This record gives sequence, C-alpha cells and structure tokens, in this order.
Amino acid sequence: MSLLEADSDRLLAALRGLLAEKGIASAEEIAATVSATDAATPAQGARMVAKAWTDAAFRTFMLADGTRAATSLGIPMRGLPPLGVLENTPRMHHLVVCTLCSCYPRAVLGYPPFWYKSAAYRARAVRDPRGLLAEWGTTLPAGVQLTVVDSTASYRWMVLPLRPAATAGWSEAELAGVVRPGDMIGVTVPTV
Amino acid sequence: MTLAPGMRVRVRDDWPETRGTCHIRTPHYLRGERGVVLAWLGEFPNPEDAAFARPAAETPLYHVRFDQPSLWGQGTPGDAVVAEIFGHWLEEADT
Repeated sequence: MSLLEADSDRLLAALRGLLAEKGIASAEEIAATVSATDAATPAQGARMVAKAWTDAAFRTFMLADGTRAATSLGIPMRGLPPLGVLENTPRMHHLVVCTLCSCYPRAVLGYPPFWYKSAAYRARAVRDPRGLLAEWGTTLPAGVQLTVVDSTASYRWMVLPLRPAATAGWSEAELAGVVRPGDMIGVTVPTV
Repeated sequence: MTLAPGMRVRVRDDWPETRGTCHIRTPHYLRGERGVVLAWLGEFPNPEDAAFARPAAETPLYHVRFDQPSLWGQGTPGDAVVAEIFGHWLEEADT
C-alpha cells in the first residue's frame, strides 16, 4: 500500500507518535499550534487596524514592530514569521502579493483566500497592479503612488489602510467591523 | 557586506536553476535588475540550505525597492515593487 492509499487518521496518529517519540513536537505543542491556527482570523488584523486608527501611540508601535504590536493584543505570534505593517497614506497605497508561493500574514488574517494563491493574481500584482486593482473596483485617486510588496522571504506583510471618512466618533469595535481581509492586503479599501 | 538604506544595488543575474536542484527566494523577474535598499530586515537562516535540511547560516535580508514600470516596460511612473532579497543576491550598482 502506498502512502497516498493509507488511512489518513492512522497516518496522522503514526506521524504524531513519531514526532513525540523523536522529541520533535509533543501532543501539547501540537494542540497549542492547532488552537493558535484556529484563532487566527481576519478579525485579529481588523482589531489591530481599528486600534491603530484610534490610538496614535499604538499606530506608531504597530508600524515599528508588527509582531510585538500583535502580541500586545493577545494575538499568538510565537514561532511565526515576523509581521511587517505597511502604512497607506493619502499619497501611497500598498498591495501585498507572494509571487513565489502564497506567503500570507496568517497570524492576523487566517488562511489565504483562493485568489491570493492563484497564478493570475501572483503574476498580475507585479506586472499590471493598477489593472488588477481596477477589477476589484479599486481606483486610486490621482497622485497616489502604488507600492507592490512581494513577500519573497522571511517576513509577512499586512496593510494598515486609511480610515474611511465619516467614521468620526466610532468605537474601536465599530471600526473593526468595516475592515475586510482585502483591505489589509490592499486589493480593496475600507468603505462605510 | 552590510548594505545601508539608500544604497543602489543590483540583483545578481544568476540562474542556479540551470545548474541543478535548488530553492531560491529571489524571483526571476528581479534577477539582474537595479533597485535601492530601503531597510535591513534582520538575519534569517539561508532558505537555500534550510529547504534541504542542511545547516543554514544566518543571512542578512533586505527590503529593496524597484521601479515598477522599468521592470516591465509598462505601468504608471512612480509605482514601485518592494521585495525581500538576501544580501548574497545583491551587489553594489555602479551608478
């Protein structure tokens, strides 16, 4: 019987047994990683963005060290690649891609959506980024420069989008509610 | 070699893929291209060895900015591509 035909539950049990026996990863460590992975959703990134929109000191902290800023909000980052945060301004928009594979800031956005991993997105994000944005319905105002960040190696990148106009006085929770995963990758911008 | 922010660099025009099995994190479309160092991102195990479970030296990683229209001969002036490039893939650009 080949590996591909093996019963998956038994295969998983055998693999976990070997990892424990060889001292590579204990059952507790695996359970902790599974639970951290389950907790990683776009709501975590949205929470960071909303806090940055309302707390200038946190914004500075988050732009300087995304990993520590995420940790300070209780987002598990241990053992994960460092997180960099790209600040959109009225003059500069950022778009994140991984042309080599599908590197994605999973700790704060969860699993990457299917389109992020597609060959079409990965190729066009660097070759025709404004055409790609137009298909998402995102048109940058005149005078706004675009920086495409190709996540090629050891970091993971998220975008800190611009706070939408007409959200004055909103609470952090209300603000977090308008931040979508695409806003934190840069294919879209938050709207209300 | 340590590269300072603002330094003009060129990505090595090297194609290890033609010489055998390898794992390279420098995208094809940036090989041989000129850019500017934005920041040193830290030291990370060289993925070219780590991918094969070989001892991997801590290797400097840089954020490098490239002019996007120059890469493709199309685009909007001022747009950029920024990528993480390991130090051993970068050489100082003459001008």
